[in-house]
Amino acid sequence: MTTRRRFLTGAALALAAASPPFRPALAQGAAARVVVVGGGFAGASCARALKALDPRLTVTLIEPNPTFTACPFSNLVIAGLRDLGEQQFTYGMVAGSGIEITKQAATGVDPQARSVTLADGASLAYDRLIMAPGIDLRWDALPGYTEAAAERMPHAWKAGAQTMLLRRQLEAMEDGGLVVMSAPANPFRCPPGPYERASLIAYFLKTRKPRSKLILLDAKDAFSKQKLFQNAWKELYLDLIEWVPLSAGGKVTSVDPAGLTLATDFQTYKAAVANVIPPQKAGRIAELAGVADRTGWCPIDPTTLEAKLQPNIHVIGDAAIAGAMPKSAFAANAQAKVCAAAVVALLAGGTPAEPKLINTCYSLVTPNYGISIAGVYRPADGQLADVPGAGGVSPLDAPASTRAEEALYADGWFRTLTAEVFG
Amino acid sequence: MAVVCVAALPARAAEAPPGASSCSGCHPAAAWVKAPVVRLAGMPAAQIVTAVWAFRSGQRPATVMDRIAKGFSEAEIASIAAWYAALPQ
Repeated sequence: MTTRRRFLTGAALALAAASPPFRPALAQGAAARVVVVGGGFAGASCARALKALDPRLTVTLIEPNPTFTACPFSNLVIAGLRDLGEQQFTYGMVAGSGIEITKQAATGVDPQARSVTLADGASLAYDRLIMAPGIDLRWDALPGYTEAAAERMPHAWKAGAQTMLLRRQLEAMEDGGLVVMSAPANPFRCPPGPYERASLIAYFLKTRKPRSKLILLDAKDAFSKQKLFQNAWKELYLDLIEWVPLSAGGKVTSVDPAGLTLATDFQTYKAAVANVIPPQKAGRIAELAGVADRTGWCPIDPTTLEAKLQPNIHVIGDAAIAGAMPKSAFAANAQAKVCAAAVVALLAGGTPAEPKLINTCYSLVTPNYGISIAGVYRPADGQLADVPGAGGVSPLDAPASTRAEEALYADGWFRTLTAEVFG
Repeated sequence: MAVVCVAALPARAAEAPPGASSCSGCHPAAAWVKAPVVRLAGMPAAQIVTAVWAFRSGQRPATVMDRIAKGFSEAEIASIAAWYAALPQ
């Protein structure tokens, strides 16, 4: 039935032995059990923060992959400017901080019984469940774009094999080829990501295949850091990047992987390399747990980050509807730490303090040209809302030295964040 | 202003005041995290407060800290600074 608990200290073992199999009497001091589903920026951060805040907790992280491959900076990998290995992290230090890691997939959640079912059929009881399943791609949302199609027209929106596939296709493309990208409507993982990717692919083309061109078909008329990107494109990639917004017919309505074509209502584009970033939703386990709503994402309480649709389950990271907070790694990490503090308070019978959260995201236009967006958030009207007067993007008129400085800070951002989560 | 009492929560790291846990995404709270940005852990609280106020008012040039500092009140900045000051370097 139940797995878990391989490395318990004597004291914790005594507590565990005294616990009934379900719902331990917290008031009597038994170790509460918190299960975390998903070992990305949100889940791994939360597991570690929980253990740091209350070492007595039994924290189990459910994650089938032995290695985590980070999405931030993976656009550099696509452009041949970084090794995929620099994106990859293992769970050694997470396990070393006293967290039990269950290396299989969660296949179901029973919110009434407070248990998670695992791929091998075992179940894991919890007092509080943290769900950090990230995103799933919606294979039903764009006609022609199936899992098989993604082998011809990579999304590269989950880092790993897809990242390398897109990179190899770009490397193999003839000079003079047309790269066609498709960006989805909101909301989706990493709002500035498609535009950073277009920039860095353009950098690759400019330096390696200068007769080529990139068309970015977009299901939106506005995007994150838009003016900054567009100014940079004008300056650096004038004849290289063509952005086609929704109002100019940019929304892709179907794709054909055999012919490498992307169709809009007005035109069909034949690509040499096609990168389709499809519509997304919360990872499937969120749906199975009943915490996702009809949008496919998970509404949460802005103070505790507890799911609005099921009690005792918290949702953090990209899967959550976090109001004004974007689906970013930094936001996921920030939410994870707030959630951990709220869960520790709730398990102790207390009331979580009203939180304040920050997001900071960097994008690269070239390896030495960085731009950023920042925001500060607090609960308001049942949502995580922007704190008025704070946040915003890099100045439009900054000198090259500022762009270079922000590119350095981007690198620092990645190293600090990944060290905190996996180091 | 209310005085927050955390004495009722034994055997735990000091509770971070609102906002502080986000700050640690760039300014590490954990000793094992090495970061290229200014390390705040163990820095005198007054020094942190002075810097954040200067960012907030625009007196001190910044890339993102000006935008972030504007989201925090003086009391919040003081609490976060005190929390960082109490962390081991």
